[in-house]
Amino acid sequence: MVSNQPTETMVPVKEASALPSDLTPKMSARDVSVFYGEKRAIDSVSIDIETRYVTAFIGPSGCGKSTFLRALNRMNDTIPSARVTGEIRLDGVDIGTMDVVQLRARVGMVFQKPNPFPKSIYENIAYGPRIHGLAENKADLDEIVQRSLERAGLWNEVKDRLIDSGTALSGGQQQRLCIARAIAVDPEVILMDEPCSALDPIATAKIEELIDELRGRYAIIIVTHSMQQAARVSQRTAFFHLGEMVEYGSTSDIFTNPVKERTKDYITGRYG
Amino acid sequence: MTVTLILLAMGLGLAGWLAARARAVAFRSAHGVRAMKSLPQYHAWYVALWIIIPLAIFIVIWSNLAPQLVLQSVLSSPAAADLPQFDFQRRTILNEAAALATGRSATAYNAEARALAEPFREAISQTRMTGIAIALIIGLAGGAWSFLRLRPDFSARTRVERTVMVILLCASLVAILTTLGILVSLTFETIRFFGMVSPVDFLFGTHWGPDPMSDPAHADPTRYGAIPLFWGTIFIGAIIAMIVAIPLGLMSAIYLTQYAAPRWRTWLKPMLEILAGVPTVVYGYFAALTVAPAIRDWATAIGISNASSESALAAGVVMGVMIIPFVSSMADDSIAAVPQAMRDGSLAMGATTAETIKRVLVPAALPGIVAGVMLAISRAIGETMIVVMAAGAAANLSANPLEAMTTVTFQIVAMLTGEGSFDHPATLSAFALGFVLFLVTLALNFIALRVVKRFREAYD
Ligand SMILES: Nc1ncnc2c1ncn2[C@@H]1O[C@H](COP(=O)(O)OP(=O)(O)OP(=O)(O)O)[C@@H](O)[C@H]1O
Ligand SMILES: [Mg+2]
Repeated sequence: MVSNQPTETMVPVKEASALPSDLTPKMSARDVSVFYGEKRAIDSVSIDIETRYVTAFIGPSGCGKSTFLRALNRMNDTIPSARVTGEIRLDGVDIGTMDVVQLRARVGMVFQKPNPFPKSIYENIAYGPRIHGLAENKADLDEIVQRSLERAGLWNEVKDRLIDSGTALSGGQQQRLCIARAIAVDPEVILMDEPCSALDPIATAKIEELIDELRGRYAIIIVTHSMQQAARVSQRTAFFHLGEMVEYGSTSDIFTNPVKERTKDYITGRYG
Repeated sequence: MTVTLILLAMGLGLAGWLAARARAVAFRSAHGVRAMKSLPQYHAWYVALWIIIPLAIFIVIWSNLAPQLVLQSVLSSPAAADLPQFDFQRRTILNEAAALATGRSATAYNAEARALAEPFREAISQTRMTGIAIALIIGLAGGAWSFLRLRPDFSARTRVERTVMVILLCASLVAILTTLGILVSLTFETIRFFGMVSPVDFLFGTHWGPDPMSDPAHADPTRYGAIPLFWGTIFIGAIIAMIVAIPLGLMSAIYLTQYAAPRWRTWLKPMLEILAGVPTVVYGYFAALTVAPAIRDWATAIGISNASSESALAAGVVMGVMIIPFVSSMADDSIAAVPQAMRDGSLAMGATTAETIKRVLVPAALPGIVAGVMLAISRAIGETMIVVMAAGAAANLSANPLEAMTTVTFQIVAMLTGEGSFDHPATLSAFALGFVLFLVTLALNFIALRVVKRFREAYD
């Protein structure tokens, strides 16, 4: 089922203009459940992700945010016990039928802990373009590397040391390197799982700024434990609890005027 | 004799253990648990160790000393006056008498032996009584001394702990001292050899053919050129064997860590490691009886007429199979040590598993893989049985793998078991060869360990 309009599983938003419902959603999930063995970690989640918006996933630890995020680029395939049911579409095409290599090139991912490869900075960025054959020649590749590093706000810091190992950078630089690596293959969606949780406030501010700049080009989903961060960087917020998506709407609504009792309790810090 | 003493030591130890424990328990009920610095069994072990350790030392000394004492007392008996002076006969008779006395044989060929049997028996039983008496004294003294030191606040626990540490230290010293001893004796014999044949002739000569029957005083240095042996060793152990072992080992490690389902892995990994446990003699049979003839037939079939039935290729290939587990288990460990985050990072970029292995995992694990290969080489060049059975004895300096070739290890065996006397340069050359081999494998192991260490630090 292709759905251009929100279904009834979505929480109706009060301010209709806040949601660009005239657009086709970039990604849409319908009744997605994820199991680890017999255990259900995500229970029938349906959500539409719009492009040019930052969507924040919030919720208490263990509620399944990472699990759901990993379902969106089929990273759960790498966990033998994980099983996904339901339907996830990218531009209307079921991702289960897509080539997983193509899918992951279009839906990039940034992890909680910076994980640069133990290669040079240049090779870290060139990794994706090389395996996907995006560069015709060395000049092309140089250009992609420079552009990606510029977009990730890292170019000025590393342009003189591109041959140094990526693991020799600071934590915040490493995380921006990972973001640059992800955008080097020109994805359409970027998934970020708590990208700032290992960083200090200054590095965090840089990444948040970067996310805000990148928003114009990509659909970004960010998992965060920081309510302030969600409020600062996102336009859409989904609240997860015990494997369910409790509420989804514009960030300002979720934070100032939540519909569900559970959301209100979480936002006001009554648990989680 | 020794058995009696050991049983005695164990009996005394047990008695001390029980007594000390009873005493400690009595302390505990008298003074309360809080007053006790150590648990009763530490008191018990403290006393038991004070009995057993001195006794163990005594038993070691005594079992070496006792035969001397027996012999001395026999020789001083009147019957010994008739013994012939000639050393060989004398020893035969004494051995016979000892056999008679201990009941190992019923009759003796020499009359003197029969006469000596009785003094022997007496001497043995006397020595035994003395030994038991001394052991009793030592055991009781140690036990009593330590038992009297027991107090409620006695810290038996730290003392037992310290003693255990010393025992462990001694155990590890045995291995280290053995290694040192090997090195010293090797060095010593090597220096003797180099006194007869110059190191230059030995290390750079290209003809190997020591003659154990030649005059030891005038060694012919042109017959002691070890280059063909070094070449054979490297060609078989480090080249042919590695051509087999590196790809197979690496591929099986990759399969096991990246593709095999956990259930398969739990079966396959031990099966692969069994390869390392097969006695090398069995590989030797396999190389000599199956692989070598097959290679010769194949060589003849493709028109190589002079293929021999012993070949470097047969030995090298079988050796390669033997060391697959060395390569694969190190590679397996180092690939598995690459953080999961690297793998996830690569997969999330849209890389396939094969690309991830080739571009991220293997490069990251490379130091560990290299170290594994070096350990495998050092194992291969020290390997003896396979080359003895399959590679041949001819010292050929050739790059043709179908020819017979010989290795350092083979020649060590040949020289030591040859008919040359022990101080002949041909025999001594075995030590020089062993010394070189020892240095090379030591260097390889050392480098490998350094590489592994550096690489461990990379992710911490
Ligand atoms: N590989 C796995 N195998 C089995 N169970 C898992 C696995 N990964 C996660 N789970 C379980 O699934 C549930 C959801 O986990 P998930 O990591 O998605 O939570 P989360 O919301 O991301 O939590 P956090 O905020 O702490 O990161 C948890 O109960 C967790 O124990
Ligand atoms: Mg998580």
